[in-house]
Amino acid sequence: MAYDLSFAKDVYENAEEGHWIKMCMQCGVCAGSCPLGPHWEFSPRQLFQMIRAGKAEEVLKSESMWMCVSCYHCMVRCPRGLPITHIVHGLARFAVEKKRADKDQVTRRFAKILWENMERGGRIGEMALTTKLYMVNGIPDGVKKGMEMKDQAMSMLKSGRLKMDPLHLSRIRGHAGFKAMLKKAREIEQKKRES
Amino acid sequence: MAEDNTASHTILVVGGGMSGLTAAVEAAEVGYDVILVEKNPYLGGRVAQINQYFPKLCTPSCGLEINFQRIRNNPRISTYTMAEVTHIAGEEGNFTVTVRQNPRHVNEKCTACGVCAEACTTEIDDPFNFDLSKVKAIRKPHMMAYPLRYVMDPEFAKSDAAKMLAEKCPVKAIEPDMEAKQIDIPVSSIVWSTGWTPFDASKIHAYGFGHYQNVSTNMHFERIANKYGPTGGKIVRPSDGKEVKNIAFIQCAGSRDHNYLPYCSRVCCLASMKQATYVRNQYPDAKVTIYYIDLRAMDRYEAFQKKVETDENITWIKSKPASLEENPNTKDPIVIGEDTLTGERYATPYDMVVLATGMETNTALNAKVPAKFVSYDEYGFIVNQGNGLTASGCSTAPLDVASAVQSSTAAALKAIQTVVKG
Repeated sequence: MAYDLSFAKDVYENAEEGHWIKMCMQCGVCAGSCPLGPHWEFSPRQLFQMIRAGKAEEVLKSESMWMCVSCYHCMVRCPRGLPITHIVHGLARFAVEKKRADKDQVTRRFAKILWENMERGGRIGEMALTTKLYMVNGIPDGVKKGMEMKDQAMSMLKSGRLKMDPLHLSRIRGHAGFKAMLKKAREIEQKKRES
Repeated sequence: MAEDNTASHTILVVGGGMSGLTAAVEAAEVGYDVILVEKNPYLGGRVAQINQYFPKLCTPSCGLEINFQRIRNNPRISTYTMAEVTHIAGEEGNFTVTVRQNPRHVNEKCTACGVCAEACTTEIDDPFNFDLSKVKAIRKPHMMAYPLRYVMDPEFAKSDAAKMLAEKCPVKAIEPDMEAKQIDIPVSSIVWSTGWTPFDASKIHAYGFGHYQNVSTNMHFERIANKYGPTGGKIVRPSDGKEVKNIAFIQCAGSRDHNYLPYCSRVCCLASMKQATYVRNQYPDAKVTIYYIDLRAMDRYEAFQKKVETDENITWIKSKPASLEENPNTKDPIVIGEDTLTGERYATPYDMVVLATGMETNTALNAKVPAKFVSYDEYGFIVNQGNGLTASGCSTAPLDVASAVQSSTAAALKAIQTVVKG
């Protein structure tokens, strides 16, 4: 059986930091260093080998790269200097671009909610973010969770650790500039993709 | 030899380990004058510290003994031990080398009778055993030391006790007041064979060497397995003297790793296979596990690997362990990582773990040659330029003993060519 290298080439060229995967020597230090190690279906090492072997569907539909908590243990220990944390996030992004990532994947949903919240005000609006996260599984479940945490929320409000801003109206100073910066970044990204 | 009364025809060999010994005897035995300079109080270098050679598993005393005989019987070789090159001037065919002769505090009258050591009550860490045991402050450097002469610790030499020992010596060989000397030597050609140092395993934070008592290194293990080592050759673990019945070797500890030594030292896989046989021979029921990225048994050494592989009590796990932990109660080191053939994570306790550390060339550490005479590669090994200074052995690359001997024989020829050119 001949190897199909087209998927590997696609990853090397188009996934963020994907070209580094060529350098992996399959030693297993990343997997052994990962605090969530046993809870992944595939370790970074396995993902890299599957990419080389052309297992496109298995990689892109995998939940594994969504499990990374960015502790950077793998990255500092990798004997070949691969930026593994960044590669793994790059693979998650790549799976989204290829429309293979599961829309209901919890990390993906969380990431999306977090990003939208942050983009709106220029920084995280904790009250709106928490409300939204509590409600992901429906309003009754969200209310129940909120009630469980109400004492903690009240004391955080009192001490100023939580701002009373349920509609997330607050904006950072220079919010227009922040928006312009993101717009520019998207343009650059788009150009890169077209070239 | 060309007739030239103005230039020296002498070859200087720096380093008295297997490489330097080889270059010296090869050149001297075909009629060239050789000066051999060695930093330690004895010749033989790292080889002298090794318990057994691979692949034949004979003791190094055999190979070294032959070379010592060749030196002893050859009037063309002058040997300086406890001496270091401090300066090189001149050029090919006409070097002047400055050598610092450190005080041994024991002169050539010494008969190695041992009266002084018996009387001496001060003990120091034994550098020959990597400080794993104690030794008298005046001592024979090691069991088969050549030259066979005692040496006194420089700090101890300053004490009153040293003066009293001097009076006890029946042949008046002890000189506590001996001072360092500087010697300028004219030579035609230089062979640089300053050898290597085991990579400092304490730099590999995730493996805990220096913190976990039962995590050792391959060079320490050579001494632990040796009859004249800290445990008298009994393979027991440092924390409690327990017999080592379940041991792990970790390959590429600090090698092939861009955080530490980026290169492969070529000998460590064979060394661990050899050390596995030390354990297996001593304890017929012992279990050995070797963790590796991939096994590198170069050339014919694969035959040795095949032989070791027939032992069913030796397990091979294709994995570079991520980290080590220690059970605080039992002091068992726990090896943590991913088995790359099964994808399973492991956390396995052992009686003892040996880190197979690589070689760091001394030309990158404490035996640098002035840059105008040599060029270095990115790891600090010397790249020979054909200018009268020839590096050999582990000054040029990480080499096993047989390859170092070949490299040094070649260097002897290069040195002779310089002398003949005049």
